[in-house]
Amino acid sequence: MSLLIASLSFYLVVAATVVGAVIAVAARNIFHNVLGLALSLIGVAGLFLYLNSPFVALMQILIYVGAITIAICFAIMLSQPLYLPAPPRNPLKIQGAAFGAGLVFIFLGLLTRQTLWTPAAERVNDWSITTIGHYLLNQYVVIFELISLLLLVAMLGAIVTARGGRGSA
Amino acid sequence: MPAFNQLHTYLYLAVILFCLGLYGVLSRRNLIAVLISVELMLNAASLNFMAFNRFLAPHPAVGQIVALFIMAVAAAEAAIALSIIVALYRKLKSINIEQANELRG
Repeated sequence: MSLLIASLSFYLVVAATVVGAVIAVAARNIFHNVLGLALSLIGVAGLFLYLNSPFVALMQILIYVGAITIAICFAIMLSQPLYLPAPPRNPLKIQGAAFGAGLVFIFLGLLTRQTLWTPAAERVNDWSITTIGHYLLNQYVVIFELISLLLLVAMLGAIVTARGGRGSA
Repeated sequence: MPAFNQLHTYLYLAVILFCLGLYGVLSRRNLIAVLISVELMLNAASLNFMAFNRFLAPHPAVGQIVALFIMAVAAAEAAIALSIIVALYRKLKSINIEQANELRG
């Protein structure tokens, strides 16, 4: 019974991910795109729950859905007004994009199918957040610090770029 | 074995997400839509990392750490891209990427 519930909710999460992604790339209204992206990101967070990582799932919702999506909403408000009619789509470009993405899809699908995935011979079964914290502050501490530096530089760069720089009115 | 306990389910999902994102990057002309598609592709990558972490990796903390790093880099990328969008709109009064061709020779 619990297996049935788990399977059903898994398919629900998968449907949210895929449908959200389709809305995010295909809808004409840019605001619908953002909502589709949020749905897809929540779906991916659910997949992370199924992959035994509730911490990363929470971070996904906090950072992606809570921060990045809202930031994109701000960018929409600060740029093109939504009531302006969108320019007509170029069918040739759509077909070319579908063709290229389809080729990559076939290639990656075959790659996934043909490869023999072998698990590591020796696997530790330690999923706790404490271990993640230990890894972050011991083995990966340089990358951790570099990421914070990257975020600082990105923040300063965003402020400088969005202010218009020197000499603008 | 149920579908959520198989590596291939997650890998195929990541392929679908990645290709939808790629289609969006290639076909859309609104810069914000391109950014949204790139976020989808980054998510596919992090889903792949988490799936390998769950089914193959010797230590299950490493993939989660990589996924966290991907999120941080995505946040930085989004901040930069959004400020570029605002600056571009101020300059061109449009965020259509086909009109941003001032450097064309």
